[in-house]
Formats: sequence, structure tokens, C-alpha cells
Amino acid sequence: MFDFAVETQSKQSLFESQKHFDFAIIGGGPAGMNAALYAIRKGLSVAVFSLEIGGQLHNTSEVDNYIGIEHTTGGKLSEAFHHHVLELGVPIKTGHLVTKLEKPDDFHITLDNNEVYTAKTVLYATGGAPRRLGVPGEEEFANKGVSYCTTCDAPFFKNEHVIVAGGGNSAAESVVDLAAWASKITVVHRSQWRADQIILDQFKNIEGLEINLETQILEIFGDTKMRGVRVLDKPSGKERVIEADGMFVEIGNIPKSDLLKGLVDLNEQGEVIVSRDQETSLPGLYAAGDVTTQPYKQIIISASEGAVAALAATQYLMHHKN
Amino acid sequence: MEKLLNEEVTKQVKEYLNPMKESVTMVLFTQEGACNTCQETRQLLSEVAALTDKLTLVEKDLNKDAALAEEYGVTMTPSFVMLDKKDTYKGVKFNGIPAGHEINSFLSALMDMSGIDFGLAETIGSRLDKLDKPVNIKVFVTLSCPHCPGAVSNAHRLAMSHPHIESEMIEAQTFGELSQKFNVSGVPKIIINDEHELVGNQPIQEYLKTIEAL
Repeated sequence: MFDFAVETQSKQSLFESQKHFDFAIIGGGPAGMNAALYAIRKGLSVAVFSLEIGGQLHNTSEVDNYIGIEHTTGGKLSEAFHHHVLELGVPIKTGHLVTKLEKPDDFHITLDNNEVYTAKTVLYATGGAPRRLGVPGEEEFANKGVSYCTTCDAPFFKNEHVIVAGGGNSAAESVVDLAAWASKITVVHRSQWRADQIILDQFKNIEGLEINLETQILEIFGDTKMRGVRVLDKPSGKERVIEADGMFVEIGNIPKSDLLKGLVDLNEQGEVIVSRDQETSLPGLYAAGDVTTQPYKQIIISASEGAVAALAATQYLMHHKN
Repeated sequence: MEKLLNEEVTKQVKEYLNPMKESVTMVLFTQEGACNTCQETRQLLSEVAALTDKLTLVEKDLNKDAALAEEYGVTMTPSFVMLDKKDTYKGVKFNGIPAGHEINSFLSALMDMSGIDFGLAETIGSRLDKLDKPVNIKVFVTLSCPHCPGAVSNAHRLAMSHPHIESEMIEAQTFGELSQKFNVSGVPKIIINDEHELVGNQPIQEYLKTIEAL
């Protein structure tokens, strides 16, 4: 009836004795965790700074595409990554946000409690935050019917009608997850499906599923909570209303690159531009995972990029011994 | 009766609690008759209490032990509070079963209450020195929410850091009416003194800012 997802604890006391590191990692998702693993094995002194561990993995319920692991959940995979890194003695600072990253000489990392740590090289792997639709009513009804985390909020919509906005893998997985709770699910997506066929194949078993492709959400309306959306049917050019009790917005992410503005080159979307070695335009500063320009936002790709960054930073440190 | 914690989780919890410093008492309030998850919460707390000699479980009845319930501000069931080694109530309360991801805020609170330094003193500094009014922090959670235990732990740690602050986890499924009253449809949702809202796993700074502005 109940399961229990116990998370390994990091030893915060490791930070008391050490404030300077060879390689500091900002971000606790797959890229950051794998970079920590590779760097500590190379003998670097490493630390991880992240408000929480797991990153967007935590918003993923089922994971079926990590090679070698036929089926797991985002939470379990994240815990396995975390455990692996902790076992090797990497200090991980959670519960605090990094508020500033500067490079007067070495890199200076400032936390929201004003603690400052320094490092010779840094990996910036903060991932992304859920992208918003950007339509009227969204802000007003956020967390009043409009949600950005299916695993967190699905239980609030038991036997209700919910909309899923989006057409990628996360939207399709959201539909599958919600099927256990909602009585009716309506997908609204402005173009065609981009999700993996293997996930879409699961839709045939879901009762009360309605799919509206080429349909754009124009507005969210409600009173004390969301009551529905006004949409544009693009082929016919006609507008109509879909009444619903809630909506899960799964339309991708925006890069969390705020701390790098003015420090390194970003593209128009705010993604960090990196070389093949994951190095940014500032030598010694690396970026990996969903915060970069890499177009395929996948767990295994982020993890791999973290490994590349750690190995590249090791090379950099060998060539910059002073 | 089948155990709630399987062999693997039992081992993890035992290891987790191994460094506990001082003893902690959990006072669980249940009631006879209709009580969603009272039995499961009782079972979970007993199974965890059996894993360390530093932990004691005391069970009370919301109606028969009304005076004690009032002392701890307990009004619903299942609900439990944690007391430190001197049996002092420090404002740490759980309403509903801390299963799923929420096991982490439960275990973390046990460790903190046992006297393990949770490293908040520097962050808080003198910011709460002037606080002279009662502060109640409610954190609404679902058991499938991975961001929720962090929010609950922050609130509980603030409660342990100041005599005027109390904090309660509220499992939204068990306490549906209360969740509706506070219009909760996204978690974690943090409500301070029944009117100021924070959404998401916020860093401790955001709690402090809200409390300072009360």
C-alpha cells in the first residue's frame, strides 16, 4: 500500500574543513552527479552545491530508456546516482541556492546564506525550470489548478477532468501517469506529437482520453481555481472552450542560466554555448546537461556531458597548475 | 501482520538513525472509529521505533487525552509530535502518514530532534531575535512529491530553532477538507500563519523573509 523512498544523507560537516576545491559543481541532477563521480575518481577535490538532489529526474515517474536499466523511476535513479557519489566521499551541500558565481582570480561561489567557496574550475549544471505557456490566466491559476509537476500533484485530480498541455515525452508520460487518477484527460498541443512511439502506444488502454493536436491554448480562465481554457483550432481558425478542473503544463524547460549572464556566452534562448569539451567561453568554467545548447534533453546525455566536463576539467588543471 | 517497511528499507532506516545522539519521543494521536491511515501510521511509527533504543512511541487518543492534545495543538488524526530528551515539545508535528518520499522529512526530523546539528544557526544568525509573536507553518504535501520533504524539513528546523515557531506537515490526501480550505492543488505549499503562501521547495531564506515581514 505504501512505499518508502529513503534518500541517503550527505555529510554537510565535510564543508567545515574545506572551502576551496579543484572542481566545484553547481547542480545536483544527472550531469552534476556523474561529473562528481568522474572527478573524484581522477583524484580532484570536488564539491556539489544544489538546493536539492535529482534535478528534473524528480519530476519524472517512469524511466525506461537508460541503457542497462530496463525499468526504474526518476526517484530511484536519482537516489542511485546520489548514493554512488556519496559513497566516494564527495561533499554535497543541499538546502541552499547559489546566488553568485564570479571569477576575480579563482571562481567564487556565494550561497544564499552568504557562505563563499572557491574553486579552480567549475561545472555549471543547473538544468531547466518548467517552461510556462505564457498565456493570460496562467500566473493567476498557477497551483490553483495549473500544475508543472505531474508526480507531485496528480493526486489532487482524482476523478476529475484534466488537460495536459504539450506533445513531447514528458507530456505523453504525464498522460500515462494521470490515467491512474483522472476520470478524463484532454491533450492540447499546438502541433504534432514529438513523443516516443513506445509511450504513445500505451494510450490505447486509457479510457476517456481526448487528443487535440494543432490546437493552441489562448487563455486560462476560472474563479477561485481554474475552470478551463480557451483554445484556437488552428486548421479551422475557430476558437472554443474546454472546461476542465486542472491542467498539467509539460512543454519543456527553460535553461536556468541566470548566474552566467554577462560571464559567458549564451544563445538567444539563454542556453549556455559550450565546446565539444563542455567548456564555456570562460576557460575553466564548464556547463553540461539541459542548461546547454545541446538539443536532446535526456538523462543519459546529461550524465555523459557531466563526465566529459569532469575529464576536461582534469586536463585543464594539469595544464594550469598554478 | 505484514510489515510496512520491507527488509531493504528497514536496513536503510536503521543505518540512517544510527548516529542519533539523544533520545526522542513520538506522541501519536489516533481515535477510535473512522480514522483514515491511523492504523498504518501507528504501524510505521512502531516499526521505526523498534529500530533504535533512542526512540520511544507513546500513543494517545484525541478525545480521551484531550488536554494533552490541546497542549500540543493536535486537532486531527492521525497526528504525531516529537519531543526532545527532556520531553519538551518544540513545535514539530506531522499530520498524516509520512510514507513515500515523506519518510525523508520524518527521519530527518528525528535526527535533528536527537541533537544532531543541522547547521542552521549561522544562516539564521540574529534574524529571529526580535520575533515575539507565534508563527505557525503548515506544509501541505503528497506522498509522491519529491520536492516536499525538503520544504517540510526547513519548516521543522525553523520550529526547532525558535520557541515561537511551530511547524506541521499536512498530508493533503488524508486531510482533503483542510487542503481545499487552503486551496491546495500544487505541492509543496507552505502557508504561514494561515495567510502567507509560498509554493515549491523554497530555500530557508524565503521562510525567513516571510517570517520577518509578519
